[in-house]
Amino acid sequence: MGKIVAVTGNEACAQALKQINPDVCAAYPITPATDLMQRFSGFVNDGKVDTELVLVESEHSAMSACIGAAAAGGRVATATSSQGLALMWEMLYIAAGTRLPIVMPLVNRALSAPLNIHGDHSDGMGARDTGWIQFYSENAQEAYDNTIQAFRVAEHLDIRLPVIVCMDGFIVSHSIERVEYIDDADVKKFVGKFVAVNPLLDIDNPKSYGPLILTDLYHEYKRAQHEVMTRVPKVVLEVAAEFEKMTGRRYGLFETYRLEDAEMAVVVMSSAAGTTKDIIDQYRDRGVKIGLLKPRMFRPFPFAEIANALKHVKAIAVLDRADSFGGMGPLYSEIAGAVMQMDTKPAMINKIFGLGGRDYLPDQAEHVIDELITLAKTGKVQAVKEYIGVRE
Amino acid sequence: MSKKYWETLPQGSVVLEAGSSAKFKTGGWRSMRPKWIEENCIQCMFCWMYCPDMSVKVTAEGKRAEFDYDYCKGCGICALECPGKKGNKAIVMEEEGK
Repeated sequence: MGKIVAVTGNEACAQALKQINPDVCAAYPITPATDLMQRFSGFVNDGKVDTELVLVESEHSAMSACIGAAAAGGRVATATSSQGLALMWEMLYIAAGTRLPIVMPLVNRALSAPLNIHGDHSDGMGARDTGWIQFYSENAQEAYDNTIQAFRVAEHLDIRLPVIVCMDGFIVSHSIERVEYIDDADVKKFVGKFVAVNPLLDIDNPKSYGPLILTDLYHEYKRAQHEVMTRVPKVVLEVAAEFEKMTGRRYGLFETYRLEDAEMAVVVMSSAAGTTKDIIDQYRDRGVKIGLLKPRMFRPFPFAEIANALKHVKAIAVLDRADSFGGMGPLYSEIAGAVMQMDTKPAMINKIFGLGGRDYLPDQAEHVIDELITLAKTGKVQAVKEYIGVRE
Repeated sequence: MSKKYWETLPQGSVVLEAGSSAKFKTGGWRSMRPKWIEENCIQCMFCWMYCPDMSVKVTAEGKRAEFDYDYCKGCGICALECPGKKGNKAIVMEEEGK
């Protein structure tokens, strides 16, 4: 049986990494992820883990060292935020294209300019197309659980892809919450022994990583990379089922809340889902048939499963904690893609909220639900994309 | 069920065969061709040392031999470094196909 503790999201993720004891961590400090790796480096210093901690001069180097260590045949992890992830950009594609199972907690933070250290999803959404699997966590418990499950997904022999585990900067990373830790031995058993695939350190079988592949085969390699992504949902669900057996905590590709009989739905990820659930309860008490869908796995995006879960609703509001300037919010685009497969299409609106750590308050959720009620009645969309919580 | 071609590719584009770069003949990239003028060669082996593609062949006796045009990209470093004999270069670059 596990232990119940009061810890921050960063502390919980550092604990997960400690229990997993990766072979190599290469990291560079950046707010708000600094605290996570600082705690982990304490475990290294105190001999609680035997991880080789590589202190590098930038995030570009951190991801480069992680790629090298993973290609060498090690279990590898790092963590970052915002500009740090942005600086890793080219290496993220290389990690995924090379099929290296690196696990990276991403403490979501806004991107400059203007400079801002607080939470939004701009960083994670910027890495949307890199080929990494992405999980978004609502709270510290989910961040901890997702980190542990991420190793199993990343290292699965049918997958071998890097995984980003997101939590909201400060809102989750620096807030103390109740978290249930799993026993060290159980985590160790759950994650299992690392199996290296084509390790460079197998010097009796020399091989090369990172070849030049031009017009003759590049297209085929990308086709193969797309294929492996299609295998991810099944593995994620298998790992989640095993995790539930161990902990009693259930995970899926997404979570639904009072959605089964709902006429309207709010789609939102991470910590804002918690606030939204509270407001949904209040509206439900008044007889309003409103529900929530919270994507957990954003990449690969479970289009068919989400379309099925939303097929009965008349109106959907998709809340994005990131913007694609000149486009729709990134989550909206995905939901719109999923909804396109449905026979009867609901009315849909997109709200951009909480950028740069702007609080997502109950009245914002109320505003969205009130608009949904009108939308469900009339079916007429006034403005497809709008900012909410803006000082006017 | 037979596998599609792209399903047979090694995971993560790893090259599982050592020394396979020998199969990639880069001589086709060449637009300038180095020409070895043996009577001006003092066997200093600078060309062998400087060649980035190991395209200067060496005999069993350790003497300078002909270029390996399968791999020479025609970069011209050998011609630049060649000290020649009494001011006459032992390697000169000529336009390919002339």
